[in-house]
Amino acid sequence: MNLQAEIPLDYMIVLSTIVFFIGLLGVIIRRNLISMLMSIELMLNAVNINFVAFNHYLFPHRLEGHFFALIVMAIAAAEAAIAIALIINIYRQFNTVNVDHVDELKY
Amino acid sequence: MTGPKIIFFLLATSIVVFSILSITSRRILRGAVFLLFVLVAMSGLYYMMNFQFLAAVQLMLYAGGIVVLIIFSILLTSQINSKLDVPKMSHLLAGVTTAVGGITLAAFTILKYTFHSTTETAIGTDMRTIGLQLLDTQTHGYALPFEVISILLLAALVGSIFIARKNNT
Repeated sequence: MNLQAEIPLDYMIVLSTIVFFIGLLGVIIRRNLISMLMSIELMLNAVNINFVAFNHYLFPHRLEGHFFALIVMAIAAAEAAIAIALIINIYRQFNTVNVDHVDELKY
Repeated sequence: MTGPKIIFFLLATSIVVFSILSITSRRILRGAVFLLFVLVAMSGLYYMMNFQFLAAVQLMLYAGGIVVLIIFSILLTSQINSKLDVPKMSHLLAGVTTAVGGITLAAFTILKYTFHSTTETAIGTDMRTIGLQLLDTQTHGYALPFEVISILLLAALVGSIFIARKNNT
């Protein structure tokens, strides 16, 4: 299948831009830690689309974008595990996950 | 409209619509399920671009791992029936301005620029090529990042267990 003739690279990058800024909007408007984590996952995925699209369209003789996306996924998994451990700890201390109410360093 | 185009626009609309729903939904559990739909649609995009391995990893790691982790933490930290607060007007205004401005600026730049692709022959994306390249120490090999990422995952595992422990004595 010749994807280049059917769908230009611009479509893929514009799609990833839209998803990235939707994730940014989510980080700005939500005050719940888990919602913010979900928005960050959206942004990381948007970046992954970019890497994969550039790899497929512009540099098909290498697999650089592919491995970059793979490593971004591993980082995202590590980040989610650490963030959820922190969120559960914060919930134990403050009984809430709203960032506006989590403003004490000493408890 | 040809086949690939129809599939692409189907996937793209579902990605955009579900990601908007996932950040605007006031019930957080529904937001997590919408995020799952976005991730599955993205793995469809990877399939379209012939990266089967990446699509499988996306399904396994994100849809099967991270979303389940997020749903567990939602269940541990909030009541199911409670709704998220309505965002403040100033936050909403700032966020929408940033998002619309950013999308306009980036899309304008992208659509004006012409990309030039190489004429070299494409490499295969089958499992054999990926595995050989990932563990290759010669040129275009990725053995060092592979080892570094495994150390990082181990450290993250130990760290998250230490942080989430009940008594930090």
